[in-house]
Amino acid sequence: MFGNLSDRLIETFKNLRSKGKLSPADIDATLREIRRALLEADVALEVVKNFTMAVRDRALGDEVSKALNPAQQVVQIVNEELVKILGGEQRKLSFAKTAPTVIMLAGLQGSGKTTLAGKLAKWLKDQGQTPILVAADLQRPNAVNQLQVVGERIDVPVFAPEPGNGVGNPVSVAKDSIKHAKQKMFSVVIVDTAGRLGIDEELMTQAKDIRKAVDPDEVLFVIDSMIGQDAVNVAKAFDDGVGITGVVLTKLDGDARGGAALSVASVTGKPILFASNGEGMDAFEPFYPDRMASRILDMGDVLTLIEQTQKNFDEAEARAMAEKLAKDTFTLEDFLDQMQQLKKMGSLKSMLAMMPGAAQMRNQLENFDEREIDRTEAIIRSMTPAERRQPKLLNGSRRSRIAKGSGMTVTDVNSLVNRFEQAAKMMKTVAKGGVPQMPGMPGMPGMGVGFAGGKAKSKGKDKKGSKSGNPAKRAAEEAARALGQKPGEAPSGSGSAFGLGK
Amino acid sequence: MAFQFWKRKRQEPAAVEVVEQPAQNDISVDVNATSATTTSSPSVSSSELEAIVLPQRSARKGIRSLFSRIKFDLENLEDLEDTLIQADFGVDASAAIVASVKEIAKKTSAKKTSAKTEDDLKKILVEVLTQNLENKDKALNLSDGNTPYVLLVVGVNGVGKTTTIGKLSKWLVQGGFQVMIGAADTFRAAAVDQVATWAERAGANLIRPKTEGQDPASVAFEATEAAVNSGADVLIIDTAGRLQNKADLMHELDKIRRVVEKQAKIAEVLLVIDATTGQNGLAQAKAFAEVAKVTGVVLTKLDGTAKGGIVYSIQQELGIPVKLVGVGEGIDDFSFFDAQEFAKGLVGQ
Repeated sequence: MFGNLSDRLIETFKNLRSKGKLSPADIDATLREIRRALLEADVALEVVKNFTMAVRDRALGDEVSKALNPAQQVVQIVNEELVKILGGEQRKLSFAKTAPTVIMLAGLQGSGKTTLAGKLAKWLKDQGQTPILVAADLQRPNAVNQLQVVGERIDVPVFAPEPGNGVGNPVSVAKDSIKHAKQKMFSVVIVDTAGRLGIDEELMTQAKDIRKAVDPDEVLFVIDSMIGQDAVNVAKAFDDGVGITGVVLTKLDGDARGGAALSVASVTGKPILFASNGEGMDAFEPFYPDRMASRILDMGDVLTLIEQTQKNFDEAEARAMAEKLAKDTFTLEDFLDQMQQLKKMGSLKSMLAMMPGAAQMRNQLENFDEREIDRTEAIIRSMTPAERRQPKLLNGSRRSRIAKGSGMTVTDVNSLVNRFEQAAKMMKTVAKGGVPQMPGMPGMPGMGVGFAGGKAKSKGKDKKGSKSGNPAKRAAEEAARALGQKPGEAPSGSGSAFGLGK
Repeated sequence: MAFQFWKRKRQEPAAVEVVEQPAQNDISVDVNATSATTTSSPSVSSSELEAIVLPQRSARKGIRSLFSRIKFDLENLEDLEDTLIQADFGVDASAAIVASVKEIAKKTSAKKTSAKTEDDLKKILVEVLTQNLENKDKALNLSDGNTPYVLLVVGVNGVGKTTTIGKLSKWLVQGGFQVMIGAADTFRAAAVDQVATWAERAGANLIRPKTEGQDPASVAFEATEAAVNSGADVLIIDTAGRLQNKADLMHELDKIRRVVEKQAKIAEVLLVIDATTGQNGLAQAKAFAEVAKVTGVVLTKLDGTAKGGIVYSIQQELGIPVKLVGVGEGIDDFSFFDAQEFAKGLVGQ
């Protein structure tokens, strides 16, 4: 694999870190990577072309943000444009003025219409509506049956006058269902239709006829998030053939990047209303354009992370810290400061979760106890200022006093001091510009994260060879090291994350 | 293309309800000889076997050409690359294909046989695609005589597994195989009924779960048992659709494999891939290959506007051949995958 977009962009911008403004050549290099990322995410080629053109225009315009480096600048523009297309026409499901509201589902075979019909009905029912499902897929073997089972599971009635399997006329079933719903006072009618190909004229005409028969308030186009380049053709065919009012993305619980969302949204201009993301009948939610944008770009929530880091990390303090490191005067007091800096940024778990590639670390994150930081803080606070500045003072009796004072054991104190010493050594190496030797070394919480954020501010000052220029990326590397692994490597083993505790 | 397959001769073809226990023990099975090639001779002694040739089928009518719109010339192969990308070949594979075409075209023109016309280039493209999609292991492994041949059908949700099973069963029954289907998709609503309808249409026997939501592995076990006991030639096991990133569900497949293998050899694990699938298809193939040891791909829904280019990468990167293709709604719209036919269809030759 090629790594994610942020990795590749960093590669592209390796030599451009100090530049404040982008040249057209820089932008084109970035756009090539973005094009590739979008294509790998299955965004349709024509959509990619238009999209990169729009990004290019904006990037060339004078939109220089001082806060971000060039790669981040372009990525931010890309992200904004993505969200704009994905969420441009964001709206809620529209209901009829007089009941029943009619919702018709249409899409290719296997896109998940029947399952979605059930989820949608459940969702509406939970909101106090009285939905009824209509079995108008009389094509696929036992589709009617399937809908009946689904209806039973969620306790929603199903209108199924015909047995299906090729028997019965879906148009008249659809028509009758409306009468039935009016008589029985159902508030929402959900019409499940057979899967069809956009190029199947006969079936597209049938879909059009169903539409005429039920006069729906919404025609939802159901599309599988794993679909590739063909998404544009299919979406166009359904929009032209049936006329869709909104889109539902299914199977988002898979690991497809879901570029189809962008293709469909930009080709049809219709809003994506819902995302379906699991096997359960509750696995259904409104669509979030920003989440989808990050997913397509495979960037994690980098931008949020960049913002938070920059907002909270005090530049002056960071610089002082870097100097201390270089001069070998890094003490437990500084360590404590670092930790407090980190706490300002919010929960460590949520910080890490925002990083690209953090999904791999999810297990460790789950196991990580945030209170470990509090405990470490308690130990340091139980030391005298002299002890904090000169850990060498810590003899046996001092250690046992500290343990008592902090409510911890002497072993805990010992392990903290050991870790501190190792970390100080490591930080010193880093600060002097070396590459630290640290395979499997238990790091300290927050050291890496905090420093990565701070260093990025002092642009051009730090030339560290292999170290990444993107603060978020570097933070991820550091965090990975803190977890005792090489960047990019899947975490192995469990044990106490961050080397804290025992 | 006609593959020859083998089934065991039935000693009493007239007897209807006789549960045959064909002398399992006196057949020596040479495991090493089963490395399947198209012409692999059965490892069971030939006197006990009966050749089967399935009815001729072609997928040609279902494959649409890529090049209805674009012009195709050597000076500007960028269009070709774009077209391949639009057929879901992926960025890298498309670039590699274009590079090969360019190279071959240059060689040919050096020989002064001028590969300059659009037609020449199309021929070269067909050649490149065919070569890279060709696989010696493209036949279904229904030849080694180790009946019942167990075919496990796997894939993500909604790709057409059940339909594939229906079509394949019909075809095999037409050829003279006795086919049994194990309905091990006990998860999706009414999946068992759906496969039952297909079994009926195809003339295959069906082993249903005894209770609703029964453990799929136990259904697979019972189906294998029934297939062995009844002397069926082929057992096709339907499994629930599952997304490849769900560890628990993938683990379930491993379990199904294991319980089946207690009683019979698994002849094929067929991964069904929807032709509309984009680059995620490769991730699907990787994950299923790892857990379920996929031996072949079934490419479905080729009759739409999608081209299924992702199978190219699957073949290139994982060496898993496409074995079957589905090209329509009808029960007979199904055939073996023929690399050249596919390539010609795409290129419009």
